[in-house]
Amino acid sequence: MLRFFFGRLAVLIPTFIGVSIVAFAFIRLLPGDPVQLMSGERVMSPERYEKISHELGYDRPIVIQYLDYLGNVLTGDFGRSLTTKEPVLTIFAKLFPATLELSLCAIIFAVVLGIPAGIIAAVRRGTVIDQTVMGTALIGYSMPIFWWGLLLIILFSGVLQWTPVSGRISFSYFFQPVTGFMLIDSLISGQKGAFKSAVSHLILPTIVLGTIPLAVIARQTRSAMLEVLGEDYVRTARAKGLPPLRVIGVHALRNAMIPVVTTIGLQVGVMLAGAILTESIFSWPGIGKWMVDSVFKRDYPVIQGGLLIIASIIMVVNLIVDLLYGLINPRIRH
Amino acid sequence: MKKLSFAAALLAATVLSGAASAKTLVYCSEGSPEGFDPALYTAGTTFDASSRPVYNRLVEFKPGTTEIEPGLAESYEISDDGLQYTFKLRPGVKFQTTDFFTPTRTMNADDVIFSFERQLKADNPYNQYVTGGAWEYFAGMGMPDLIASIDKVDDMTVRFVLKQKEAPFLTNLGMDFGSIVSKEYADKLAEANTKEQLNQKPVGTGPFQFVDYQLDARIQYKANPDYWKGKEKIDDLVFAITKEASVRYQKLQAGECHVMPYPASADVAAMKADPNLQVMEEAGLNVAYLAFNTLQPPFDKTEVRKAIAGAINKQAIVDAVFQGAAQVAKNPMPPTMWGYNDAIEDDKYDPAAAKAALEAAGVKDLKMKVWAMPVARPYMLDARRAAEVIQADLAAIGVTAEVVTYEWAEYLERSKAKDRDGAVILGWTGDNGDPDNFLHTLLGCAAVGGNNRAQWCNEEFDKLVNAAKLSTDQAERTKLYEEAQVVFKREAPWVTLDHSVVVMPMSKKVSGYVMSPLGHHAFSGVDIAE
Repeated sequence: MLRFFFGRLAVLIPTFIGVSIVAFAFIRLLPGDPVQLMSGERVMSPERYEKISHELGYDRPIVIQYLDYLGNVLTGDFGRSLTTKEPVLTIFAKLFPATLELSLCAIIFAVVLGIPAGIIAAVRRGTVIDQTVMGTALIGYSMPIFWWGLLLIILFSGVLQWTPVSGRISFSYFFQPVTGFMLIDSLISGQKGAFKSAVSHLILPTIVLGTIPLAVIARQTRSAMLEVLGEDYVRTARAKGLPPLRVIGVHALRNAMIPVVTTIGLQVGVMLAGAILTESIFSWPGIGKWMVDSVFKRDYPVIQGGLLIIASIIMVVNLIVDLLYGLINPRIRH
Repeated sequence: MKKLSFAAALLAATVLSGAASAKTLVYCSEGSPEGFDPALYTAGTTFDASSRPVYNRLVEFKPGTTEIEPGLAESYEISDDGLQYTFKLRPGVKFQTTDFFTPTRTMNADDVIFSFERQLKADNPYNQYVTGGAWEYFAGMGMPDLIASIDKVDDMTVRFVLKQKEAPFLTNLGMDFGSIVSKEYADKLAEANTKEQLNQKPVGTGPFQFVDYQLDARIQYKANPDYWKGKEKIDDLVFAITKEASVRYQKLQAGECHVMPYPASADVAAMKADPNLQVMEEAGLNVAYLAFNTLQPPFDKTEVRKAIAGAINKQAIVDAVFQGAAQVAKNPMPPTMWGYNDAIEDDKYDPAAAKAALEAAGVKDLKMKVWAMPVARPYMLDARRAAEVIQADLAAIGVTAEVVTYEWAEYLERSKAKDRDGAVILGWTGDNGDPDNFLHTLLGCAAVGGNNRAQWCNEEFDKLVNAAKLSTDQAERTKLYEEAQVVFKREAPWVTLDHSVVVMPMSKKVSGYVMSPLGHHAFSGVDIAE
């Protein structure tokens, strides 16, 4: 097991360096110059342009810039944002809890609804229920996030006035963040109604961000269940007279869950991509919105640092998943 | 156990609530500020959140105008040679007392000198207090080359000595980089080795004081109880950062905010019809133009430029791009600005005459490029669409136009080149409300190869705008600028396209809001009905 762990860990190092090169190079391949953008329509004199480029170190050879950057990253210095001039790591730490909170809620929403929907569709295969569930899942899967978000806002916030339009909490509550998770902070704050307000602000973004994973999980559950339901041991279980609920819930579902769990894991990437749009629509102060803004501003340190941190998180999550597989299934670790 | 703690929290919540309701105004701002030291930045979004609520300047713009009035300077004198500006400071002005700073003295000459010297002098301890901080606006307005020294005459008198005459200098001091920061606060931060806090937790003399900023989400201010003009009517001011225009509109309708900037033009009609909303409108301090490269044939000929100007249906551009929320421009500066020459007649849209004029100039089968910006700017929401309208108009007179575009920074860079191929769509938003900021900055000979995208250097025009720069007599300057606009229209280095109309929708509960022709969003003097 230790060998397996270190083997996996060793793979991470070249991956990390690879990601850092990609993050560093890609943003520089895009046309556009951050120093030029600082002055907008106002023309910057060439001397001034050179001075600022020099101060930022952009006049050095790109390889030197990269090595310097990598060296700093290894000591935990991800540089400073060109626009806000704050350290990238500080900003990331401020914004990440919002993204994490929203993503967790969305994945819970997707799992809690997606798995039962997939099971029902599989059990009632070919019926109207199956077709309705799968049809809805297909629509959900194809839904453009931006349009879907605005539609929900107009309906639930505009016409019905059930939910707030955007933000994380009503402006009438004001307290300092402690954990960065609004659900927890609103409880700690002790202000009456703050928690309820935080929950109500989470509903629509959760639905919007959770829609695609929900559809994917429902479809995956259905097909995995169908496969398992055709297995001999399920027929045996039925033949020996076990109640249908037990056959489906215990014998079939357990085995069908393996590919579903893998799918859920894969949704982490989908979530981060979806978070970019969802956060923009709902004015959710998370890392997705921050990164997009930085691309437009050619804020090199933010894009590089942000990508690198996100990639590192995904790598670590994958490592954990790999290790868990190894623990569950001995065949993998040998 | 969980249930218990939840119940306890609810109980605590019930006990703690019940604070007296204060008047709160929520503004759905369009973006996050880059920081809170306005002198470091150039974006209006940053100024709305920093210089306008928190700070004051020596001179300030009278609400609703581009004229200046005394601010932290009670009065000022300009020497006869126009090289010395002496400011008598307002006595007894207190800096804000906040959780993080308690001032021990009132504003004086040290604060004023510090506020400017940190931008001017490389050896000032605050010159490089933020990594990469470049004092972009101060430099962009040419201040480092203009100011010879800033002298303390006495505790309440400051004198600026200039290297040459510059009439717009006074209005420049009203700009955001002229915000007066507290030297006492800066010294305290330097001592604690936390200089960067000056850019994160601002302390000024302005109407509202900073309370908290939750990154990308909200900014909280409260009324400054010691404000030298008297405490504001609203108690709390909140900026709810909402980047999507359609979402801002939804929030406004739902009562989650009371004022919003930059609505989507498609929503304006519905906003006007909403009985709960009021919609204020004003011509923006901007201009969009199509600049020929006057160094390249055949656009070096005035007749060719005039012919093309007559072939373009500008009203069609305003309709297509702005759905009416703009006005056709005839001069290179906006009509809300002093010195605007309204007597000038615009080129008449007449394709037949334009075609004949082009032939008379000896130009046949003309092919040209029309550059369209890749981004929406206040003066031009969709340059591609405008370029297509221009392309169709030119086709009607037998000119083949190709629409080209580049990434924004690239576009700005390439369009400056003297050998640029094609006419470029671009525009300008005024900085200080002075005509110099349009006519000299964009069309003067000194700006060729830079801001002067037409590469147009006309001796007669240049003489007029340079003379206006040196005179401190406003009547004389007005006359000079009016004449300069006549020369501009005759020579047509640009086809002036439009001035956008700025629309500010707000709740009917809001009163006292004054639109700024400079595009500022400021909440001093605003009240809200309960």
